[in-house]
Amino acid sequence: MSVTTHGGNPQLNRHGELNHLITIEGLPRDVLTRILDTAAPFTEVAEREVKKLPLLRGKSVFNLFFENSTRTRTTFEIAAKRLSADVINLNISTSSANKGETLLDTVDNLAAMQADMFVVRHASSGAPYLIAQHLAATGRDHIHVVNAGDGRHAHPTQGLLDMYTIRHFKKDFTRLTVAVVGDILHSRVARSQIHALKTLGVPEVRVIAPKTLLPAAVDRLGVRVFNDMQEGLRGVDVVMMLRLQNERMQGALLPSTQEFFKSWGLTPEKLALAKPDAIVMHPGPMNRGVEIDSAVADGRQAVILPQVTFGIAVRMAVMAMLGGN
Amino acid sequence: MPIPQLPDAEALCGALADAMRPHVDASATALVGIHTGGVWIAERLHAALGLKIALGSIDVSFHRDDYNQRGLHANARSSQIPFDVDGAHIVIVDDVLYTGRTIRAAMNEIFDYGRPGRVDLAVLSDRGGRELPVAPTWCPHALSLPVAQMLALERSDDGRLSFRLMEK
Repeated sequence: MSVTTHGGNPQLNRHGELNHLITIEGLPRDVLTRILDTAAPFTEVAEREVKKLPLLRGKSVFNLFFENSTRTRTTFEIAAKRLSADVINLNISTSSANKGETLLDTVDNLAAMQADMFVVRHASSGAPYLIAQHLAATGRDHIHVVNAGDGRHAHPTQGLLDMYTIRHFKKDFTRLTVAVVGDILHSRVARSQIHALKTLGVPEVRVIAPKTLLPAAVDRLGVRVFNDMQEGLRGVDVVMMLRLQNERMQGALLPSTQEFFKSWGLTPEKLALAKPDAIVMHPGPMNRGVEIDSAVADGRQAVILPQVTFGIAVRMAVMAMLGGN
Repeated sequence: MPIPQLPDAEALCGALADAMRPHVDASATALVGIHTGGVWIAERLHAALGLKIALGSIDVSFHRDDYNQRGLHANARSSQIPFDVDGAHIVIVDDVLYTGRTIRAAMNEIFDYGRPGRVDLAVLSDRGGRELPVAPTWCPHALSLPVAQMLALERSDDGRLSFRLMEK
């Protein structure tokens, strides 16, 4: 499902302000930059004695997780709580027969409980968009929707926190070579990263993956495709590793995880081909010894834990911007 | 309507420092300027009064009371409080005192860092129109402006401060 092709961008209100965050695709550069700029002062809140701001005081944020995720749910929860929102966590099984109806029924019920914001994680691409559309069609678009990962489609806050991390360490997007490595096919994170990198003006975005883990028309995203990791990593400024999505694997796309590590795992030897000051990122959770060697994950070039910290500030910025629009 | 005579901002900075001097302790008083004009003035006062504690700056975007009407301020910045707030004597510095809402927000911001011993307020000019019970401790100039007008502090490229009257 495409959410950006018709008319205006359904994520923006009539004043061009962000009303929902569903995908990075189609958002203008100034909106992305404003989110990153807004996140910066929120990073400093964690240093205060009182790690709480009153912006979402009296607002109710519902974390609707139709698919499990500890880290994403936790960081959204912390972010909302630091903004003084009341947070309600719902882990909803996807086993019901008619998912579409169940999803919107759930939304209607929670909207009737005076929800102000839905943070949605769903196994089906397009679920957050469906919710936003439903809210608009029923005159309730004062309720904001944040996509916390939908199917293979998008994971915009992950993409944004990755951009925040890159900007923090590398300052200027317009002189970088960035490689996204691993299971591109199943990765909503990779899609959000690629759209964000292109929008922010990164001149060379590379994707490095075996042919079986690349989507069909990947080159249409404006990236250079490498099927050889050594070649692809040469001279890059940023290495963005992806998790091997074992649970999404259908059929035999790969011989074995050991085999995958041999060809596609990031080892110190392969990392040495990148620029000496290259940073290594990973959205977590990591499969050590599958897509990344422990020596790299714990090494001096890894910025994986700062990503987590920045993720809270970026999610605070997104929720504070939506909540005030 | 006659255009009111605008005060000389440079002269007021000197007058403000003179008014504060008998009441500050160079090694114990801390200044916190409110972005942006308040920070410029706080820099001047910090030098003129020879204060030892590093200058603080605050942005009140996170505590503004118009968030629900106007959303998050577009240029929110980090506050920098480089000293221990607990027990400190803090002087909040701003350019123009108007409704008092900014000062309320600034105090909320400061209290997120700790419990100060005493908080004072230093401003260059009081333009009237208070909506909260806020009064300056030191203020060398006052005038009364209609709601439609705004008194703004500007800084030129060579660092000189001046006031400008703007129609809202």
